[in-house]
Order: sequence, then structure tokens, then C-alpha cells
Amino acid sequence: MFIENYDIIVVGAGHAGCEAALASARLGAKTALFTLTLDALANMPCNPSIGGTAKGHLVREIDALGGEMGKAADATFLQSRILNRGRGPAVHSLRVQADRTRYHEYMKKTVESCENLDLKQGEVVKILSENGKVTGIKTRIGSEFSARAVIICSGTYLKGRVFVGESSYESGPDAVSPANFLSDSLKKAGITLRRFKTGTPARVHRRSINFDKLQKQNGDDEIVPFSFDNHDKLENKVSCYIAYTNEKTHKVILDNIKRSAMYGGQIEGIGPRYCPSIEDKIMRFSDKPRHQLFIEPMGLNTDEYYLQGMSTSLPEDVQIEFLRTIEGLENVEIMRNAYAIEYDCCDPTELLPTLEFKQISGLFGAGQFNGTSGYEEAAAQGLIAGINAFRKISGEDGIVLDRASSYIGTLIDDLVTKGCMDPYRMLTSRSEYRLLLRQDNADQRLTPIGYEVGLISKERYDRLLEKVSQIETEVKRLWSVNISPKEANEYLEMCGTEPLQTGAKLAQIIRRPQCSYDGTDFLDKNRPALSKEVREQVDLSIKYEGYIKIQMEQVEQMRKLEKKSLPRDVDYSQIRGLRLEAIEKLNKIKPLSVGQASRISGVNPADVSVLLVWLEQNRKNYK
Amino acid sequence: MSTICAISTPDAVGGISVIRISGNNAVKIAEKIFFPLSGKPVSQMGGHTCAYGKIIFDGKTIDDAVLTVFLAPKSYTGENVAEISCHGGIFVTKEVLRACLASGAELADPGEFTKRAFLNGKLSLTQAEAVMDVISAEGKQALNSANLAREGMMFKKIKGAADELVRILSELAAWVDYPEEDLPSVENDVLTQSLNNVLTQLDKILRDYDNGLIFREGIDTAIVGKANVGKSSLMNMLLGFDRSIVTDIAGTTRDVIEESARLGDIILKLSDTAGIRKTDDIVESMGVDLAKKKLENARLIIAVFDASENLNSEDRNLLEEIRDKQCIIVLNKTDLQSKLSAEDFALYNKPVVYVSAKEQLGKEDLENAVLSLFKLDSLNSDTTVFANERQKNCVEKAKNNLELAINALSFGETLDAVTVTVSKACDYLLELTGEKVTETVVEQVFHNFCVGK
Repeated sequence: MFIENYDIIVVGAGHAGCEAALASARLGAKTALFTLTLDALANMPCNPSIGGTAKGHLVREIDALGGEMGKAADATFLQSRILNRGRGPAVHSLRVQADRTRYHEYMKKTVESCENLDLKQGEVVKILSENGKVTGIKTRIGSEFSARAVIICSGTYLKGRVFVGESSYESGPDAVSPANFLSDSLKKAGITLRRFKTGTPARVHRRSINFDKLQKQNGDDEIVPFSFDNHDKLENKVSCYIAYTNEKTHKVILDNIKRSAMYGGQIEGIGPRYCPSIEDKIMRFSDKPRHQLFIEPMGLNTDEYYLQGMSTSLPEDVQIEFLRTIEGLENVEIMRNAYAIEYDCCDPTELLPTLEFKQISGLFGAGQFNGTSGYEEAAAQGLIAGINAFRKISGEDGIVLDRASSYIGTLIDDLVTKGCMDPYRMLTSRSEYRLLLRQDNADQRLTPIGYEVGLISKERYDRLLEKVSQIETEVKRLWSVNISPKEANEYLEMCGTEPLQTGAKLAQIIRRPQCSYDGTDFLDKNRPALSKEVREQVDLSIKYEGYIKIQMEQVEQMRKLEKKSLPRDVDYSQIRGLRLEAIEKLNKIKPLSVGQASRISGVNPADVSVLLVWLEQNRKNYK
Repeated sequence: MSTICAISTPDAVGGISVIRISGNNAVKIAEKIFFPLSGKPVSQMGGHTCAYGKIIFDGKTIDDAVLTVFLAPKSYTGENVAEISCHGGIFVTKEVLRACLASGAELADPGEFTKRAFLNGKLSLTQAEAVMDVISAEGKQALNSANLAREGMMFKKIKGAADELVRILSELAAWVDYPEEDLPSVENDVLTQSLNNVLTQLDKILRDYDNGLIFREGIDTAIVGKANVGKSSLMNMLLGFDRSIVTDIAGTTRDVIEESARLGDIILKLSDTAGIRKTDDIVESMGVDLAKKKLENARLIIAVFDASENLNSEDRNLLEEIRDKQCIIVLNKTDLQSKLSAEDFALYNKPVVYVSAKEQLGKEDLENAVLSLFKLDSLNSDTTVFANERQKNCVEKAKNNLELAINALSFGETLDAVTVTVSKACDYLLELTGEKVTETVVEQVFHNFCVGK
């Protein structure tokens, strides 16, 4: 007997789970969000920071599609900065330090007030299914709830195990109970589980830090919000600080290296390469005389500070000893010790690009459970899984964002096509279309899709159309404004660039890296009054036109193959001309398109040609 | 769809070679390099017409040639097709192909003409499976020859340049993806210097190609056979001088001895190998291993048998190993009482030549056998030489993109934009190794830099 019937059930209320549940409920599905404890909803058990390189792009994209993370970060941040200023607009990345408690409260309230969404405390221990189709879930106290689709967002809770030096115990992050039963149910359903690990540094007390000895780091004067919908005036509330390790620190760590859970051999899980523990950094890069750490507040109403860069699985006494060798932390007092955590996660190559499992219809996965790391990566997948679970129960095809559309699309494509051997973090270098996937144009790239899906309102969509039309009109106009050498040369020399010999179009002047749209205002009598966002886009689209064109050509090539859909039920061993290795890989991944197939390692261009011919043969046969 | 081109006659010395261009711009590209005697522009030629004229590229006349134009959809591929028939010979044919590539055509993929023909509805449905077989066979051959090319010096140099680009890109990536780490910043002049270094390397690689090193490489030929059947004597006969030490003692040749011999238009890169036999002598057994490897990789095998003796198990093993290879069977020592003849080898369907190396008899027959094999045999355009052409094409494109990057840097463009063309350059070089830039660079970042929270 089911206690209640739902359309969609989301298991786990972290960053993936919250986005998934909100998306599904907002689209109109009757949704339940289950969590081990309501008090850990949207918790940030590692650093309460949102964004950063490539991750900031993800948050902007989530917002452009109609997700919540950007709004939550805007509402609860303490300090905001754009990283990589001066390294080019494609890699500008927004990063905020958020108030951990307020972020949790904001998100909990948002979930609670969402229509169609029931928030429930309860440990899900079993996925119910019939004939390869999901039918619901069962909780630890024996209650059953029906659902037509279930999304697993279990984070680091599945058989979670915490390691500190020689000791280890079953636990989820931040001393919440682990989920010890769901793994077996998933395995029984035919899902492969693996062990990954991650770690977090110590939290220390404000009064034990000597801030005078630290380098201060302030937020930006002019703050750019994450949400394209946000037009409020935003302000920084705190500063962050920088400190450095030294030879003494390294000696303490090296003397005790055998006591690290990582190096002592207790941990079997695979840790993230991009997020090494301090003992890892010292062992692997022994020639580096110092390592940097950031000291950042956890919130306004707390004295806890976070030590970014100092994650470790050394015992507590060693943690205290090495931290106290650092200038400014001589008297440091640990409130929560650093630890490593090991957990079960799935093999994402068992997922379709829609994030649904190939083995079980209606079962979806998102977030750290899929082998990623990071709140932003989790939220991005949660949003897509929520949308696609809804489309699944509505009988519609899932949304698959391609690699040229977004970092979200790149992330998911990497996961399901190539898989991951260690926790996956988004990096700008993972995208071959970096110049197109800027954080400033996420709305132009994705809001139309968000509108089509149903998460973006008509008003917001119309605002976007208006913005795009203003940009286009203005760019076109700038290509028709004539400028004479006499008018421009003084300005050009001031900018340190070549003077004009003959007349030029204004756009040609703006295109020079040394010049700008705003800087040429005085040359342009008929310039319309435009918003800052529009002016920025005009500037960028003129400056990067050449590169954008190069990348667009690559995109067109890619999209041609992306449009060639492959049926799901193909037995590739029956296709003549494919090589053995390609057959094995194709049968495992079951790509949705020839484009996806072409990115599988072991599928070469000749195999792709064979697939194309086979498709055409099929099409003609069908006729 | 891009316009593609390839040599569609066997890659060997023939009377005539045909270079086929197919795609929207086929006629335009032909017009850039073909100058008809009549003076009538190529673009005005009708479908199914030919013209006689000269191939001129870069101000140099390459050859006299006949151009045949087919207009879409009435062509093999269903697209515009231009076919240039020029005089055979590897050198001239490659030059014409290069002229086409430099004028905007892309090198065709394995089986691509046939694939296009099918996709454009020029082939019937029942032919589709044949198409897949063609693609797969040519793909395998391309893979084999790419693997062979990989052994070459040229490839090692390309790989060296690619490694350097990956290093530069990973530095850029680490710097961009980890702005908060105290990594050394990427300075424009240092970056320009590094890119210029790679550019110089690529330039040198291209110059070496143009010096014709690759063309003169010749056909990799292994002379194999059991011990003491007279392999070295045969080699000396083909060379016209004594290169290998010849004795009556089995196991005299222990190393692989290499030398080039010219047979008419064809150059054979001959390898005399140790006789394949079981031996306790360590040096000799290393020689035997080398011989086996040579047997594996060579494009032409001359298998030598002693006509004065019956076939033994070692001979039979060898025959099994060469069953699928391009091979000529030589019966040596015909000066002695013969116990073997061509009939003994009928099963293997290979040309058989009678030779007496000692008396210098049969050289001409052997030459003819080699020539006819390479004239008539279906040696495909995707062979080693062609794989080298692919390498060159990639190196050229990489070079163009690097030049763009260096220009952009001097112009003051930001690094995110510069990275686009550097990545593209690297992509072209890695195409040859089958790696992908994004993955390779990410690997390098974690390997070389201490980054992360």
C-alpha cells in the first residue's frame, strides 16, 4: 500500500536534489523531495562558496534555464568577486563566498513554498520497480510512496565513511547519518557502484586567528549578480584572507605522513585530482616552498572560518600542529577537524545523456552520485534531471544540451560518453567552445531553451528577445558609422594603437583590443542609450567576431553529426564494417547520436562513416 | 559539405594517375591549378567534357594533364567532380594533390567518395553493405599505414611539436582555471617566444617534406627466408654491389641490413634479415626477432627458398606467415639441381621468380615481378606515402593557426582568444596521434601544476 502517489520522487535534498525537485514541481509534476534530515537541506559541508572558474559559468547557465542556485547565491552571499579579469571575457568567472546557514534557510524556504512540492524527512532504502520500470520508493520505517520517475541525488551519503588519521567511522558529511541501505537496492537493480572519496579542511575559530598577519582580500566594488533576473544593488559584507604554509608546516606533515588515512592505505576510494589534500600537494610537488591557503568566513552569525586549500586526512593532533606553524594561525583553535569521506557513486556511462539510467526506465541520477564533485556541477545535473524526469512522464523526449550550447552540456556529455575515473570538476579547459560559452551570454544561449521547457516566464523571455534585438541593431549600426582619421586619431594614440590612414567604420575601431565601445562614445553622435549589459555584448560581439566565426564553424561541423540520431535498441555487432573495439564501446554507451558516438574513445572516423551509411540504408529501407 | 580530393589510382608507378576532386567547389579548385590550352575558363566547361592543359601551381608547371568535369548530380559522387589525369609517378601525382589541397580541398577520408555517392543516392540500397566494407577496409589500411608512418622520424618530430603545444596549453589552462593559486603568470613575450619555437619546428618539418625525404623513402621491402637460402646474395645482386657478407655458413647475417635499390621508377628500401631459425646464439636470436618484426611491417616481402632442397617445416611456417602479405616468392640456387618449382607454391597464389644469385641470373624477372605487382595491384591511395601526406597537411594547418595566434598576441588580443587558435593548431597535430586536445591538456594540468583547494 502506498502512503501517497507522486509523479516524481527526488532522493536527497542537496544542491542537485533541490534543483531537480524545484524544476519538476514548477513544471507541474506532483513531486516529493526526501532527505535524511531537513536540517541539512542544501548544506555546504565543504566551503560555503559558489562559483569560480567554469563553476561560475555553470551557475549563470542554471539561472538562464530557470534554476534556483544563482538566485540563492545572490540572496545570501557575503563577498563577490569576478576572477580572471584581464584574462579575457571568455574566462571571467564569478565567485561568491556565501553564508552557509542563510543559504540553507533560503533554499529550504523556497522548496517549502513551491507548489506541487512536498518536502519530507525520511531515509529512502529501496527503489521499487516492476518490469524494468520504476514504480516508487520505500523508506527505512517501511513506508512506500509511488512515483513514475525517481531521481537519485545521494551526494556523499551512500555508505559514507569518514576518515581522520587512523580512525574511521560510518557517517555522512557534517556528522549527518550515512545512507547505508540504498546502495544494495541499486546494485540489485543492475547499477554498477564505485567508491570515490573527497575531503574537507578544518573549520577554526575567529578569535584564534591573527588577522593582522594575513593578507586581506576584498570583494569587487561593482558586483555582478549571478541571476540575469537580478537588478538590485548588491554589497559585500566581509573580507577574506590569504596565508601561506612554510617549510615547518611541510616538515610536520612529512614526519607524520604515514598517519594520513590517504597514505596509510585505509582509503580505497579514488580522490579528485583537482582537489588534492595538503599532504598530497606536499608529496607530489616537493619543490614548492609554500602553498597558499584562503581563510574565509562561514557566515555572518558564526565565528567559524574555513581554511581553503588545507583539506587533509591526517589525525587531529597533526592538524593542529601543522596549522600552528602558519603565520597568523600560531594559536589556532580547531572547531571541526578536517576529514576525508568515502562514498558510493554510479558509473555515469550507464546513464543516457538525459541522465536516465539505461537499465531502468524512469530512474535518473544527478550530482555527486554521478561521479562529479562540487555544488555547481551537482545543481546543473539536478536541474537537467528534474526537467527530463518531467518530460519522461509527460511522454516527451528529453532535453540534451550539446557541447556548444553550454558547460552544462559539456559536463553531461563528458560524464555519459567518456565516464570519469575520479570525481569530475568542471574546468574551462574541458570545453572546446570556450569563446562561445561565456558567462556573460548564458542567457542568450539558454533562456530560449528554458522558455521552451517551461521554466522561464514569457516576460523574462520577451526581455531577452528585446535585449538580443538591441544588440544586433546596434552592432549593425556601428558597421555603418564612418569615422575619419581626424576625428579618431587623438583617441587612438591615447589608447596606444596605430592611427588611421584613411576613413574607417566605427566597428573597426572598436574591434581593436585597445579600444572599446564605451570609449568611442564621443565619436558617435547618434548613439542610443543602452543598458550596461547590452553595451557589454555589443563590445564583445564586435571584438571577438573573428574568433566566434572560427568556433561557429567547428560547431556547425559538430552539430551535423549531432542531428543524426541513433536508435536505442541497435545491436552494433550486427552492423557490417564496424571494428570489434568500436562494437564493444558502442554497445556499452548506446549513444543517442552519431555525434556522441564519434566522441567515444575507440570509435574512429571510419566507424563513424560506417554508422552514417548504415543510418542512411535504414532510412531508405524504412521508406 | 567540404570539397574533398584524393589520388584515385594506385599509389605506385603507373602510366597515368588520376586525382579526383569532389564537392561544391570542385570546379573552382580545379580552375585555380589547371590552365587549359584552349584558354577557355574551366568554370565554363560543361558536364562530361574534358580539356587538355597544364597544371601550374605557385608559378611552377607541374605536368601536362587532362581535366574531366562532371557536374552534379551526374557524377560518381552526385556532387561536382573534377578529375585530373596526369602522368604517373609518385612525385608528380603528389605535387598535383598538394596543389589541390593548397587551393582549398580537404583530403578525403577512407572510402569517402563511395560514402558520398551512397548518401547522395547514387548507389542502390543493396550496394550499401559493400560501401561499409569499402570504408572499413580502407579505414583499416589507413590505420595500418598511419601506424607505420608513426614509426618514422617525421612523426617523432611532429609529436615533439605537439607535446610542446600541449605544454603551452596546459600552462594557459592552469593559469585560467586556477586564478587563485600562486602560479607563475603567463607573460605575453614568453608565450610568443614559445609559440615561435614551435613554429620554427613546424617550418623545419615542412621543409624536410619539400626536400622530398618522404618521397625517396621508397617501398619498405624485407628479404626473408630460412637460414642460408641466399638472401644476402640476392640483396647484393639487386644492389649491384656487395653489401652483405656472404658465406656458406648459416646464420652469417645477424643484424638487419638496409639499403636502397632502384628498379626503374620504383625505389625499394631493402632489408636483408637474419635467417629465421631457432638458435641458441643470443646475438643471432636477436637478429631473428628483428627479422620477424621486419616481416610484420614491410610493405613488400621477397621470400627466398632454396630450389635445390625440398620444403621443410621452417619454409612452410614462413609461407603461412606471408599468406596475407604482398609478396614475391624467389626460388634461388637454380644453378644447382632443382627440386622445387612454381607448382609447389600454387596454393599461395603469389608470383614466383627463378633466380641464381650466384650466377646473377633472373634479376630482370624479379624486377618485372615487382613492377607488375605495384602497377597492377590494388595498392590503395591510403598507404604509407598517403599517410605522410596527411601528416604534412595537418602540419601545414597547424602552422597557419599558430601564425594567427602569434599575430593576435602581437595585436594585443586577450589570451582566451589566442588560446582558440593555439588549441586548433594542437588539434591538427594530435589528429595524427588520435588524442583530443581538451583531455590531453586537462591531464597535463593535473600532472604539472599543484592546483586545487
